[in-house]
Amino acid sequence: MITITHYMVLSAILFSMGTVGVLTRRNAIVVFMCVELMLNSVNLTFIALSSHLGNMDGQIFVFFIMTVAAAEAAVGLALMIAYFRNRESIDVEEFSLLKW
Amino acid sequence: MEYLQLFFFYLVALVAIVAGFCVISCKNPINSAISLVMTFFCLAIFYVMLHAPFMAAIQIMVYAGAIMVLIIFVMMLLNQGAEVIARYRHAVIGAFVAAALMMVQIIVLIKQGAVSATVGPISSDVIETVGHTELIGQALFTDFLLPFEIASILLLVAIVGAVVLAKREV
Repeated sequence: MITITHYMVLSAILFSMGTVGVLTRRNAIVVFMCVELMLNSVNLTFIALSSHLGNMDGQIFVFFIMTVAAAEAAVGLALMIAYFRNRESIDVEEFSLLKW
Repeated sequence: MEYLQLFFFYLVALVAIVAGFCVISCKNPINSAISLVMTFFCLAIFYVMLHAPFMAAIQIMVYAGAIMVLIIFVMMLLNQGAEVIARYRHAVIGAFVAAALMMVQIIVLIKQGAVSATVGPISSDVIETVGHTELIGQALFTDFLLPFEIASILLLVAIVGAVVLAKREV
């Protein structure tokens, strides 16, 4: 029998992997994809709990998370294009203009 | 039958985790993107197993379709090579330790809590008779009408912002 704990543990594993990617990769687009992976693991938690509790609200939240992720993808990738045009690079180690 | 279900769950979970590992370890960003699509498909399978077929369809259309096409398009536009310089070793080790600690914490917290009983009226029978899309629509246009409208404004702002940011001269 698949319990709710199975889904939660799988979600925790995927979220941690996304964290490793965000902290270790240097290509800004790959960092962005790892953030998407973390968002998706949270979506899995929402839908598993929603289905377990017999309540629709969690799935509506997933709906809104997807909306925000789409908006974030559009604006984030536009930012990357604008940055690449100025600096010829999207290496996150070189994003140091505001560092002192 | 139950063992078969559990076996299928573990199989799909294994594919999802291996694909997720490829996302963070592949040298070429295109390979990472393809692995991420694989993870999205595995999650869509889980949504179907959780009696949420509409969310599975949305997952494939919005994530595996629209967002991944956008990411791959930008990758090709920026023409990044496959060459990846790794971060400093201590940064990588620190990241792995931090993520492992976080995973252990989450799993301990999950194991500590007791599983609650079903509280809402939505069961798999209700979903089969009424239809999942109709249930989502009812919730979205009654209880969540205001967030729905705010989301539409957010999308409009994102469209305008993306165009302004990516334009050559403002």
